[in-house]
Parts: sequence; structure tokens; C-alpha cells
Amino acid sequence: MATRCYGSPPPGLDPGELQGQLIVIEGADGSGRSTQIRVLREWLEGEGHAVVDFGLRRSTLVSAELSKAKAGNILGHLTRSLFYATDFMDQMENVIVPALRAGFVVLCDRYIYTLMARDVVRGARHDWAESLYSIAIVPDAVFYLRVSPQVLIERTFQKAPTLDYWESGMDLGLAPSMFESFIKYQRLVQREFARMQERYGFRVVDGNRSERAVAYELKRGIGALLDGRAAAAQGGAAG
Amino acid sequence: MFVTENAPSMLGKLIAVEGLDGSGKSTQIYLVKKWLEAEGVKVFFTEWNSSVIVKRATSKGKKRFLLTPTTFSLIHATDLADRFERQILPLLQAGYIVLADRYVYTAYVRDVVRGCAPGWVRNLYSFAVRPAITFYFKVPLAVALDRILSNRPDLKYFEAGMDLGLSPDLTESFRLFQGRLYEEYEKLAAEFDFSVVEADRPIESQQEEVRRIIAERINLAAYRWSTRRGGPPVRPRVLAPPAGAREAGGRPAAGLGSGGGV
Repeated sequence: MATRCYGSPPPGLDPGELQGQLIVIEGADGSGRSTQIRVLREWLEGEGHAVVDFGLRRSTLVSAELSKAKAGNILGHLTRSLFYATDFMDQMENVIVPALRAGFVVLCDRYIYTLMARDVVRGARHDWAESLYSIAIVPDAVFYLRVSPQVLIERTFQKAPTLDYWESGMDLGLAPSMFESFIKYQRLVQREFARMQERYGFRVVDGNRSERAVAYELKRGIGALLDGRAAAAQGGAAG
Repeated sequence: MFVTENAPSMLGKLIAVEGLDGSGKSTQIYLVKKWLEAEGVKVFFTEWNSSVIVKRATSKGKKRFLLTPTTFSLIHATDLADRFERQILPLLQAGYIVLADRYVYTAYVRDVVRGCAPGWVRNLYSFAVRPAITFYFKVPLAVALDRILSNRPDLKYFEAGMDLGLSPDLTESFRLFQGRLYEEYEKLAAEFDFSVVEADRPIESQQEEVRRIIAERINLAAYRWSTRRGGPPVRPRVLAPPAGAREAGGRPAAGLGSGGGV
């Protein structure tokens, strides 16, 4: 399975020369993403794979300005969207591509799908968002940790007694209270994910279960993927 | 606001100027601004690469050579998006004449020369309202180069297109880069119905033509401040060039925008 981008690659990238595996874990805050990625990373390294992490809003180029702007609530929907797109592409080109070229496993804490879902919920056209992110590399596997909004809230409050403004969709004026807004917003995002799941082929994982149960399923899925890749590589070498 | 078709709620008019650095477009749009202000028209001026929120990241990107063709494109799109959402669109909706020193066509030209897919760039900027008038200040490449290289020799890396590897020499790279931009502009002129202004002429002649075109296409009296409604129609007065020979492309007046850089 050759590496490729959804559409034309960005200038300067030849997807054919990328060798590693790109694995994406998607899901809302409280879905268990970060925990699972930690677990998976240790496991993969134990199995002898070199691993690189990726996450949103970590780019050298714009993460500082984006965080500041987010805190100030001064961004329009479109501007925020493009800030995130810039952040994503800066990291794709500078973190993901070099790692894949070197044959690493890249574990992504979210990918373009969260970004597209956020945009569409805020009024972006589907085709606009898809074209924007068409230059992204197609992952080898996408695991979507689907968790009911009620469970998301429960887990969020276990960590801290406050809901995040943006994760509650408060910029959208969906409901008078933050709690109701959160539920409404997360449902809208999940609807987008359901639509994308058909289009992009996610593996949906029931994230309502225990950490161990989810980890087991993820390891099985990723293990099969890596074994399949190894077998294909060996077959190619022999042939 | 992600996408705007030309909403009926948008009463104002957008006028954009495009052209190479050294084409004199910034001088011309500045003079238009002064003219409209003097006529009591509601006018707002915006220039490329000027969003307060984004510019720190853009400067950092340029200084530290962090920009690729893709992120160069995206960060400038973010800049325009911010100015568009918070200033350009609301002011258009409020019935202003908005003057833009550089607009999406600058991106179409620069990003494509850098290798971005034209379709991708056009989609990226599809949020931006189409101008009522786009002036393209067309000047022979040699003239534009001469104006820049004799006045502003301190060329910067991205401004000179050094990231394209056209030449190891800054000046030579700049020449080659501007040449490619020129070709792209020529391709866009017909497609986007640019009003082409021959820019190798005295400033006053160009301004006369520009004002005439604006007055023909836009009913400027309708955009006056309401306290001045019912005044005389806004007519471009004939501009007399000063006595004696005058070099075309003289330095712009103080207080002028910087021309947006790269």
C-alpha cells in the first residue's frame, strides 16, 4: 500500500518515498486519546518500532500565536480554521514527513478530521474543507474513539471541574448553559465524524469502555497493520 | 463567516490594486484614498500582510526560514482571513468603499510560482469577495526592477524568491522571481477582468484614469457619510501635471503604506 495524499501532494513532497506508518487516533477531549497514545507508544517502542508523536497546536510556526489568540476570543471562525490549517501543515511537513521518510511510526493525536469537523460545524462547506486538506498524507490507519457526550463530560470533570470554552462550542451560541452547549456541540461533531467515517474509512472504537479494553483493541488493530506491512516488505524483497 | 456569495446585505464596494513591487500601485491607491476622503466618501484602506494577530507568526516564519510554499500560502491566507472577517466584510456590509493594496490575486500569483496547485489556492481563498474593480498596474519588468533595485536594495530572502533556488545571488533571484510573477499576472488579467493601467506613465495620468474608471463604475455619492448626502456628485477633477519634466515612479508620499512586502 503506497503512501499517498488525498489529492495532489504539497509542493516538494513525493509521497512514494515515505516508508513509515502513519497512525491516527481521533476523538473528543475525554475520549481517552492521550492516554491511549501514551500506552501505544510504550508498547510500540517495546516491540522495536521508532515512534514520533504528533498533536494539534504544537507547530513552531504558529502555535504560540494561535494559543494567544484562542485565549483572547478574538478569532473569527475562518481565521481560526486557517490558523489550525497552517499549524497542521507546518507539522506535517516538518515532523510527520521526515519521520515517515526515516521509517518511523508516527502516532497522531488527532488529524485533519477533527479540524474538518470543527470547520463544518461552524459553517464551512464540505468541499472547501476537503480541498484545503487534500494535500494531507493519507494515514495507514485511523482509529476513532467514539464516546457518548455524557461520558465525555464525566471524564472531563474527573480531570478538572471546568468545561473548555471551545470544546463546548461556546463560540456558536448553541445553548444558554455551557453544559447544554457542550452536549449539543459534541453531538454535532460526532455527526460529522459519522459522515467522514464512511468517506474516509475510520475504524470506530467504542471508547465508552475501560482503558484496558480500548488499548487491547487498538493494539490488535495496529499490530495487524504492522505485521501486514512487514510481510509485504519481506515478500517484496524476496520477489 | 466561511463563505460569502455576494450577499445582498453587502452594500459597499471593494477596489483592489495589484501589480509587481515597483509598479506604483501603492502610490495610486493612496491617492485614491485621499480623493475619496476629500469627497466625504466612507473609505477604508487595508494592505497585504497586515493582520495584527498573524503578523508576528509571519515575521517569525520569514526570519527563521520556517516557511514552505504551503505554509507561506496558508499563513498569508490566515492574514487575509482575519482582515476579511473583522474589517473588510463588516465594512462592506456597512456600505464602505474598501481599498485593498494587494488582494487574492497576489496569492494566486505568488503561491503558484512557488509550486502550489492553482486549484488548491483558489479554493483556499474562495471566502474572499470578488472586488468590484481590480486595477492591475502593468509596468515593463525592467522598469519595476529598476525602481525597486535603485530605491530599496535591502532585499529579503522570501521577497527575492530565494526559497525557489533560482539563483544563489539575491538580486538575480529577485529578477527571475519577479519575471515569473509577471507572467502569472498576465495570465490572470483576462480571466479576472483586471482593469489594466499602463504604469510606465506620469503618476497624474495614471491617477486620472483610475479615478475616471472608479467614478464610471461606482455611484460614489451613495457612499458618502450621511451628513454629506445630497452634496454635489463626486467627479474626478482633471489633474494637471506640475510644470517641468517629472520622473514616473517617484517616491510615494510620506504616510503611504509600505506596499505589503512579500
